[in-house]
Formats: sequence, C-alpha cells, structure tokens
Amino acid sequence: MLSRTADHLFWMSRYIERAENLARLLDVTWQMSLVPQSLEAANQNWNAIIALNSLEEEFATRYSAVNAENVLRFMVSDTGNHMSIHSCLRLARENAHAVRGTVTSEMWETMNATWLEAREKSFEQIFNAGVGEFFEWVKMRSSLSRGTTLGTLLQDEAFHFIRLGTLLERADNTARILDVKYHVLRPHGDEGATDFYQWSALLRSVSAFEVYRKAYRDVITPERVAELLILRMDMPRSLHFCMNGVVKNLDLIANRQSGETQRHAGLLHAQLHYARVEDILEQGLHEWLTDFMDRIYMLGDGISKDFLLPVAEAA
Amino acid sequence: MNFYNEMIDANGGVRAHYQAYDEWLKATPPERIARKRAEADLAFHRVGITFAVYGEEAGKERLIPFDIIPRIIPSAEWKSMQAGLRQRVKALNMFLADIYHGQEILKAGKIPAEQVLNNAQYRSVMKGVDLPGGIYAHIAGIDIVRAGAGEFYVLEDNLRVPSGVSYMLQDRKMMMRLFPELFAKHKVAPVQHYPDLLLEKLRAVSPKGVSDPTVVVLTPGAYNSAYFEHTFLAQQMGVELVEGRDLFVKDEVVYMRTTQGPQRVDVIYRRIDDDFMDPLVFREDSSLGVPGILRAYQAGNVTLANAIGTGVADDKSIYPYVPDMIRFYLGEEPKLNNVPTHVCRKPDDLKYVLDHLPELVVKEVHGAGGYGMLVGPAAGKEEIERFRQLLIAKPDGYIAQPTLALSNCPTFVDEGIAPRHLDLRPFVLSSGECVSMVPGGLTRVALTKGSLVVNSSQGGGTKDTWILED
Repeated sequence: MLSRTADHLFWMSRYIERAENLARLLDVTWQMSLVPQSLEAANQNWNAIIALNSLEEEFATRYSAVNAENVLRFMVSDTGNHMSIHSCLRLARENAHAVRGTVTSEMWETMNATWLEAREKSFEQIFNAGVGEFFEWVKMRSSLSRGTTLGTLLQDEAFHFIRLGTLLERADNTARILDVKYHVLRPHGDEGATDFYQWSALLRSVSAFEVYRKAYRDVITPERVAELLILRMDMPRSLHFCMNGVVKNLDLIANRQSGETQRHAGLLHAQLHYARVEDILEQGLHEWLTDFMDRIYMLGDGISKDFLLPVAEAA
Repeated sequence: MNFYNEMIDANGGVRAHYQAYDEWLKATPPERIARKRAEADLAFHRVGITFAVYGEEAGKERLIPFDIIPRIIPSAEWKSMQAGLRQRVKALNMFLADIYHGQEILKAGKIPAEQVLNNAQYRSVMKGVDLPGGIYAHIAGIDIVRAGAGEFYVLEDNLRVPSGVSYMLQDRKMMMRLFPELFAKHKVAPVQHYPDLLLEKLRAVSPKGVSDPTVVVLTPGAYNSAYFEHTFLAQQMGVELVEGRDLFVKDEVVYMRTTQGPQRVDVIYRRIDDDFMDPLVFREDSSLGVPGILRAYQAGNVTLANAIGTGVADDKSIYPYVPDMIRFYLGEEPKLNNVPTHVCRKPDDLKYVLDHLPELVVKEVHGAGGYGMLVGPAAGKEEIERFRQLLIAKPDGYIAQPTLALSNCPTFVDEGIAPRHLDLRPFVLSSGECVSMVPGGLTRVALTKGSLVVNSSQGGGTKDTWILED
C-alpha cells in the first residue's frame, strides 16, 4: 500500500475517533455542570477542557471569558479551532476524500454525509436544541463509520491502519478524559466522599456505566473506575484493550524498519497487562497518565516514521 | 435557425427510436418524475460525484447537473460513427508516430512542417522514442456534434487527458437505479465494462519483458477538477491511485513508495498534463510530477498513457488537416466529417473571418474547456470588437468555424421540458492494432437556453447515452 494512502487512512480514523471522544468529554462536562455547584467550580471544569488540549492561548485570543457557552462554541463549532469537533469531522472527511478509492464506497458515503450534515448545523441550533442531542449524533456517526468499516472493508493492510489509528487515538483520549475528570473529582488524592453522580457521569461518558455494574456489582469507587478504564482487557475503551489492538495491528503491518516501534508498543502493553491499580494510584494517577500519553505520542511518531513518511528510497 | 431535434422529427412526430421512451414519459405522473429527479440529486451529492470549478473558491465542489431524459442513438447510426472513430483515431496515432520518427507526412507536404514542428505542443524529447505498439493516444475523447439536417461532425479531438468517462458510467448507473422499467422496454447496449477494457489496454502496452505489469493512475491530487474520476477509475480497475510525490525514479526505473518499501511501476495512466510531468525537463516549478520520469520513459522502462507529446495532434491548428492524415496514412476517405475551418494564419482566411465575425465561432488554437472562445451570433458588439483586436494582433492563435446549428434534445429545465443543445464524447481506446470503445459515450448538454457551450465548467449538464441494439 502507498505510504500516503496509509497516512490518510490512519488520520481519517484518528479524527473520527477524536471527534467522538471530544463529544464524550464535552457531554460529561455538560452533565456534571447541571449538578448544583458554584459558578467558579463549574467554570473550572470548562477550563480544564481547554487546558487538557493545550488550547489556552488560542482560546484566549478568541473569547473573553471561560464559561460553558464559550467553551462549547470553541470546541464544537469553531472553524478556527483545529481541534473542534467541526474541524475533526472536516479533516476526517478530507482524509477519506484523498483515499476514496481505497475505502469502500459505503465508508466514503458515510464520512461524506457526516461532514455534509455537520456543515449544516450552526452552533445556535446545536446549543438551543440542548447540546446532548448533538453529542449523541456525533457518537452515532462515529459508530456508523466504524460499523461500515467492519462490515464492508476487506481486512487487509488498509483495515489494519484504520484500526491502528482508531485505537491509538482512543487510548490517548480515554487517558485524557480520565486524567481531567479524576483530577477535578479528587483534587487532594484519596480523601473526601465520592460523589456518585459525578463518577457515574464520567463512566457514562465512556459508555462504561453499565459495564461497571456488570463487572463489579458494587458501589462506585474511584479506584475501580481507574482500574476499569485503564486495566480491564475486555472493556473496549480501556487503555489495555486499546494497546492490545495496537500491538496486534502493528504486527500485521510490520516492515523492515518497524522493529523498534513494535518493541515500544509491546512494552507498554505488557506494563498494562501486568499492572495493579494500587501501584498506579500510589505512583500518582496524574503522573502515570501523563507518562502514558507521552508514550502514546511517541508511538504515533514511530508509526509515522516507519510507515507513513516515504520509506527510504534505497531499493 | 432550424435545429435538428434528436427526439422529434420535422413534422412534429416522435422519431422511431424515441417512441417507447415517449410513451413511458407521457404515462408517468409528473410527481414521480420530480421525486426521482430529487433522488438523483441527493444521490450524486452523497456519493460526492462532484467537480471543482477553477476560479471559484478553492476546494469548492459542484455537482454536474444530470438530466433524466436520455440521449438515444439508433444502432445503425452508432455503427457508422464507430467505424469513423476507429479510422480517425488510428490515423491520429499514425500521425503522432510519424512526426516523432520519419516525418513522412511533412516531407510529402500534406501539412506545413512549421505548423507541426514549431507547435508548442510538439515535444522534441520524443523524437526517435519507440513506444509499445506504436500507440500515443491510448485514450482519446472525440467530441462529436450533430448539425444541419442531422449529419455528424467531429468538433475536436482530445488526445491529452480527456475526462468525463466516469460521468458516462455514473449516469447509466443512476438511470438504471431510478427507472429500471425503462431498461426492460429498451435494449440499451451496456457500457459498464469500460474500466475492464481500459485496464486490458493499459496492460497490453506494458514495457518489453514485463508479463504482469503494475498499473497505476497518476492524479494531480484531491483539488483537481476531475479528482472524482481519477479515484473512480483507479478503484474500478483495482489499481493504486498515486500522486507525483508517491513516485520516484532510480536508475531510470519508476517506483512507488509503499508501506513495505519501494515497488516498481510499469504502466502509468496519467491525468497530468505534459508540462507538469517532469520538473527536470518541463516546468521546473511543477510539484505534481516526478523528477527523472522522462528518462525512464525514454529508456522504455515505463509506459505513459497517454504518451508525452500527443497535444500537437489535437491542437486546433492541426485539426483542419485530420482528413488529409486519414487519406495519407490509410488511403481511405474520412468517414466522419470535419467542420469546415478557417485557419486565421492564412491571410485570405483571416480577411474572411474578420468580415464575418458575427456569424462565426472563433477558437483559440490552444484553448480548451470552452474558455477563450467567441460565439459570434450570441456575442455583443463589444465582445466581437475585442476578438477582432485579438485576431489582428495574433492571427495564428485562432481558427474560426461556421456556427453549427447543433442538434438539441428535450431536457428538464426550470420551466419544464425544453430543447437544449448537446454533443457526444465517445472514449476510444487503442493498443497496437486494436481500437475499441464501449457503445456511446458522454452526452453533454448546454442547460442555458440557446447556449451552444456544453462544457461542465460553463454550466453544462450530462445525459445518459443509449445506443439501442437491434
């Protein structure tokens, strides 16, 4: 497969996944903000989203104050923000457009229709309808893209690059969501009562509420939330699950120069496979997640160098 | 002016080959037609069958309007047209092989040598280069119009990178999806095997010694106006769609960059103009092409379709000589008419043209896509004066032709069904001795009342083209 084609496929799936997780993150923040709290606390939650994506400067040049409406506008519809859902859907579609002959026509039509519909939605419409409806729509469109991919695409190299993009992005995004929410919910580490509503909103944002019930059949505790989202191998949005898929798909596309990247992926996977949540929390969740996200970033970089940039010309 | 109507004869009766369609149209409730037309629009949008218009906002894409009334051609008419197309394309390929080798036709004085050799489209780098099968224009799009009392004329030959075949295929797919009952009533010759035929031709012209060639389609990229077509053809043929930056040349061999390392490329169906193919030889500023590809080509290690340097044969200044080529190379009389053409570089012709501007169509010799053209009868005084000055300043840059009474065909427009002018572009494929094509071609229709310009860039639409089998 052409390196450029692989690059477009990889980023197409990353952007779709990013749009979905952004919708999830904003949705949970929105829901948490509906629970009675001080204005200051609420705005702190919104500010965390900006900080999480390192968009403080960009936001500050475009908006005067951090509040729910401004952050939502910035992260949902702002065409000037390259990380907004709007931009992600556009970029997903642009990447799909560049390889529309490689993906199936049903996949392309799904991406194209998603973008055409997204383009028609103004922020005012989205906001007035209650943002939840829009976030549901984004999640559904992402599910549809994934479903069409699974249901129609030949499981060859193209498929593996798409899966790789999806899982790598999801690993990063789940880590981000967990990091920002855990931090807000337990600013001082262990102590303090846990708030059922806040934790359940977090679980719902990654479709893990029912999974949690099924897996633990017990009250919600922060430790178990962390365990579920980091270490459960059978939970499709957990870091362990994602890394499992990353390693598997990397093996399937391996080439002469990808050994080091595979080794890094394998190492990270092994650490998740044999880790205990107690040890992670003892080390400090924020520190642990920061390290994890750095390593995911390095993996993405390695994949780029090994497969997506023009492979060395020596025949 | 009286126009030949494709559907209705001079006495107001429906022509035999449109009878069944006409009955269907009359029996079908207008609401159903309207619903189907909306469905077609939606489907084209969703599938993203769009094209970019140069000069409009970058990256903006538009639909080419699709009309649901087919252009129907009876089998006998198609058969004679097909014979004419075979003859014409064969002669054009022989002409190209000749001017890059022995130049017999120039020596025989049939065409003024400087017309060919000083033409900007004549590529001296191609002199003496032998091509597989001696074929230059593997894919030719020949624009044909019907005029006067119903006779066909070749309006122009497109031998560089003719486009539009994907619309031909999509139009058929759409018609079959919208109105399957029509295909039960008519024996419409199928066209959907075009990509197979194209792949077969491309494989047949692979470099010597290559038994299982790697074929690719080379596109300028996603912002090109015909990008949809490039992806469509690559997908239908099951070959890679590459951009210039995906290819590189090493030791006069072309490779593509893949996730598993370099892979050799043997045949390139390129949709990039000559000028942009190799920055080492042609335009230095081109980032679309592949440095060194011309050397690989000259060495016979890769086949380009179409060949470099075909533009000289479809130039409007060479067009008037095509009938002479057919006589010279094949010893036959041309089966298809040329439009009588005034070559403005000849003083007598220029004088005639300047005296008759309001009646004539004036075309820039290197122009394409309906740009840089004067349609005398439709033009205002100012525009005619502007062209008069252009002609006086640079007579050899123009040709002029009588304004043809282009045939028309009933078409859905805002005010209902009305006649609109149209043309036909069959796609003729060559490899070695064999010239083949799928029945019909792309019918383009000028949607503006009275307009004779059918180019999609000028607001033209398309129709499905039916060749009826006996």
